[in-house]
Formats: sequence, structure tokens, C-alpha cells
Amino acid sequence: MQNGALITTENLVKQYPIGGRKFTALNDVNLTVQKGEFLGLVGPSGSGKTTLLNIIGALDYPTSGSAIVIGTDTKELSHRESAQLRNEHLGFIFQTFNLLPVYSVFENVELPLLLLGIATEDRKKAVMDILDRVGLADRAASRPSQLSGGESQRVAVARAMVKKPKVVLADEPTANLDAENSHNILRMMVKLNEEFQSTFIFATHDEKVIGYLRRKITLKDGQVVEDVETTPQYN
Amino acid sequence: MLIAKLAFRNLIGGGIRTWLNAFVLSLAFVMIIWFQGLIQGMNEYAMQATVDYEAGGGQFWHKDYDPYDPLTFEDSHAPLSPALIELVSQDKATPILVTSGALFPEGRVQPAILRGIDPGQQILKLPSQYLHPQGEDLIPALIGSQMAKQTKLRVGDEVTIRWRDVHGTFDAQDVRIAQIMNVSAPSVDQGQIWLPLESLRQMLQVPGEASYVVLGRDVQNPPAGENIWVYRGLDFLLKEITELVRMKSSSSNILYGLLLFMGLLAIFDTQVLAIWRRRKEIGTLMALGMQRVKVISLFTFEGAMHGLLALAIGAIYGIPILALTFSRGLPLPAMQADFGIALPQSLYPTYGLRLVVGTTLLVLIAVTIVSFLPASKIARLRPTDALRGKTS
Repeated sequence: MQNGALITTENLVKQYPIGGRKFTALNDVNLTVQKGEFLGLVGPSGSGKTTLLNIIGALDYPTSGSAIVIGTDTKELSHRESAQLRNEHLGFIFQTFNLLPVYSVFENVELPLLLLGIATEDRKKAVMDILDRVGLADRAASRPSQLSGGESQRVAVARAMVKKPKVVLADEPTANLDAENSHNILRMMVKLNEEFQSTFIFATHDEKVIGYLRRKITLKDGQVVEDVETTPQYN
Repeated sequence: MLIAKLAFRNLIGGGIRTWLNAFVLSLAFVMIIWFQGLIQGMNEYAMQATVDYEAGGGQFWHKDYDPYDPLTFEDSHAPLSPALIELVSQDKATPILVTSGALFPEGRVQPAILRGIDPGQQILKLPSQYLHPQGEDLIPALIGSQMAKQTKLRVGDEVTIRWRDVHGTFDAQDVRIAQIMNVSAPSVDQGQIWLPLESLRQMLQVPGEASYVVLGRDVQNPPAGENIWVYRGLDFLLKEITELVRMKSSSSNILYGLLLFMGLLAIFDTQVLAIWRRRKEIGTLMALGMQRVKVISLFTFEGAMHGLLALAIGAIYGIPILALTFSRGLPLPAMQADFGIALPQSLYPTYGLRLVVGTTLLVLIAVTIVSFLPASKIARLRPTDALRGKTS
């Protein structure tokens, strides 16, 4: 692990048993991610982007090698400890938004803070603040079913950011959005990245997303084939 | 606290689905208590009616008396022992004389059991006062409503009865139906004709004799049985009815289980389908950092809250319904006499504390268990599988 690195993977391998055989989803992946980066894991379907994101997010375990996330080897974590890591330091944004349908916008965004045991008043303040930042303060009482796709993803971003996590993991966050909403969401993420200094890691093959990245890690057949600094095309 | 809060949100957020499930479960609650209350009421009534109309506080039988074998009646009577005479004189017992015979309503022959009872007795709840001689030549007779229906006899009708006296000689005489009694115990009604004890003794030529003696309920220490008189306690006398009640209880327990099953099916359906419908939600909760044990607790608690909500809904409409049935009773169909045990015209349920509290606890515990089972299944999912919508 390099000094000051937020995330490090060393010789990371992930294999899945498929039909009696082992499918290698990740093969000897070595990465270092610093605080405040805005990077993307790019590559075609089946290249291992989501698998890598899941391992970094302590949602899955490596078969061999290690993934050190905020000083913790995720392979050594129990279910309880990995839940705690996600709860305290990681934010997730999903392709399909994954909002809880029976909760209001406010309640959806409040949920991570509830799990963290934040006091009621502090919770309300933090939720309204982040909703204000994503432009949805006036929709706090709405249900997810009453929101457009763009609005839903903004709620998902708010939910991921409300606890000011050290790392935000976004899996194809624009796949279900039109171009305009995609750019709105991405501009918002860039802004939050700058303000909160949270590290954003995307799994994507969307050119629009790639246009905002400052670092691009290309995966192919489970291996890193390119890891380059890029100049964002959009701002 | 967090789990309770989230479970409550899920419950309320579930909207119409929550209310429908809770209502179905409440139906099971109310139906189970109502139905079991009726069964309990019926059983208690059957036992009480048997005691009131037939068994009294116990009986002394002539050693050869067998109520199921009319052939024994001819020889199973004897003078009362001094101890029994003492009890009868204190109005603590009443002798009954039994013989087999026949009556001839409208020219037809109808086998019947003739029973002699003291018209002034207060031990059994039979309206024996109608058997007091009314200054006529004809002997007054008492029959039950089922017997009246069978023989088409009405109050005031004259009917010929035939019997064999102690010497084996057939004799016959007309009697007048003094009263048709509405008794719910079939054993004192169907095929029975009640006559004044002294009249029957004269007819059989067995003065001072009886087939059995019914004791009052206040007789604490019945005199020791003598050789000729055998004591039959309530355990013995109610054995048949107890068995019948036990048999009926078994079938009612099956129905109890079915009703409970129906209610639990609703909640189980909700919880199992939740795995399919809400697996992404579960994955999201895990991704947000909810621990497995909390996921299990959340879904289990949510199911248990369905049970509590069902209790509240059931109480709103169930208590008035149960109270109404309790106060007004449930009219039984005319075929109640064919049921085999004593049944009233209106059945009054008995809602014991044990039934209400037991059913409530049973349903709540069962609901919690059937909520826990799918919840524990959820907990075994890997977060990535849950997020992808896999179930195993």
C-alpha cells in the first residue's frame, strides 16, 4: 500500500464457479487510488468493472490477493465489519437508483444516517442540506414513484453523499438517464467531489461519464490494460 | 429502536397491501376465537345439560342395570337401601324406575322406555311437576319434543302404553300427555316416556323399588355402594359425553389449525414474496451498511407488526361481534337434536381468558416465526446477489 493511498489492490483475483468450472472475473489487478480522485473503471461488458467495484465496496470478497480500503483488508472482514465499513465510509450509486419505494425522498436520504445513529436534528439538517444541493429540497415528501429518472438518480446521489463518505462507488449511474440528465448528474457529482473531497469511482462504458473523468482505468478480460490520467472534456 | 422505526415505516408505506394482509390475519384471529368460543360453549352446555337433565350429582345403579341394554331392565330394580331412603327423604336423591315397553300412537307401535320419576323431585331439571295426578283416571305422561315429533303426540292426547310387569305379564293402559318438555338432552327425550314413579311401580308391581337413584349435586359424600347398589360418579356418567366432546374437539382443533394456517399463509405469502419483490431493496440496505442480523430483525419485526396490526383491526370489529354472539347466542338449526349431544336452541359461546390470550399469543408467535424464516433466508444472500435480484 502506497503512502496516503485510500484504496490499494494487490494481485487481486476473483473467480466464480460456473458449471463446475472457474470463471476468472479479475486477474492480478493492482491499483492505487488516492483521496479525492474522480476515476472510472471502463471497459466492455464482462471486463470485470462491477466485480472490482463490488470488492472495493466490501460487497464481495477476492479469491486471492488483497483489497485494502481505507486501511482495511476487505478479505479479513466479517459480514458485520464489512457492513460497518460500508455504513461509515462508503456511498453507493446504482444504475437503477435502488430507492426504497415505500419511503419518501427524505426518508430514503435519511436512511444511511439512521444506520449511523445520527441524532434526529442533525439528521434533518444534513438531509435537507444535501437535498438542497441536488435541487430536490421541495420534493422531500415525494415518493420515488412520483419522481422522474433524473430526479430519482439525484436522490440516489444525495443518499450516497449525505454522510460525506470517503469513497463513492457508482455503477453505471447514467445508464438509465437521457443525455441532459446524465450531464446534470455528472456535473453535480464533480461539484460534490470538489466540495467534500470524496473519492468517486465509476464503473462505466458511457462516453458521457468518461468525458468527466480525471483518471481512466481500462479493464479487459479482468485485467487492467490501461491506467491513465485524463483531462475532463466537460466541466 | 431503529428496527422498530424502519419496520413501522415499511408497514405504513406498504399501504393497501399492509392493510389487506392485516385484515386477512385479523379474520383468522376473530374467526378462531369466535369458532372456538362456540365449540367451548357447546361442550360446556352439553356437559351441564347432561348433569342437569340426567346425571345429577352422581347415581346409584342397581347392579344389573345397563342403560344400553333394555333386556336388563326387567330384572334390574330393587328396594332402596336405608341409606338411599334417607337421602330421598331429605330430598337429596330421587329414585328412577325404568322398564322397556311400547306405545301405540295412531295405531302404530312405537318401542319406548318407560321411566318413573317422583313428580315432586327437584334433583333433575325435568318438569316432573306435570306428573302430579290431576284427579283423572288417566295417568299423566311426559314426553320430550323430539319424541312428540316422532309420535305426532300433542298435549292432551291419549295414547296406549304397553309393558310387562314383574311376573312377565303384558298389560296396557291409556295415558294422557300432560306436557311436552323442551329438553336439550336427547337421552331423556328420544324414545322416552316419563310417568309418575308410584304409577309405574304399581304397573310393574314393584312397590318401593327403583332401577337407579339420582343424587343431588350437594351430596358431598355419597354412601358407600352396597352389594346391590353400585355408585356411578360423574366421571363415569359423563364418560360418553366427554369422549364425544373430545372427538368433536379434535375436529374443531383441525379447523382451528386450518383457520390459523389461512391467516399465516397471508403473512407468509407477504414475507416470502418480499424476498422476490424486495431483494433489491435488501441488497440496497446491505450496501448502505445494514448488518445481516438487522435485516433479519427488520423483516421479522415487520411480520410481527402485521400480527399486532391484525390484533388491533380484529379488536375493532371482532369485540362487538363476539359480544353480540355472547349476549344473544347463535340460533341453531332444527337438526340440532341429531347432533348426538345436548344442544340448546341457541348456542352461547364461552370466551375464556385462556382461549383469547392463548390464540392471541399463538398467532403472534406463529406470525413472528413465519416472518423469521424468509428473513433468515434473506440474510444468507450475498449483497451482490441481492442487488442483482438473485435469490440463492
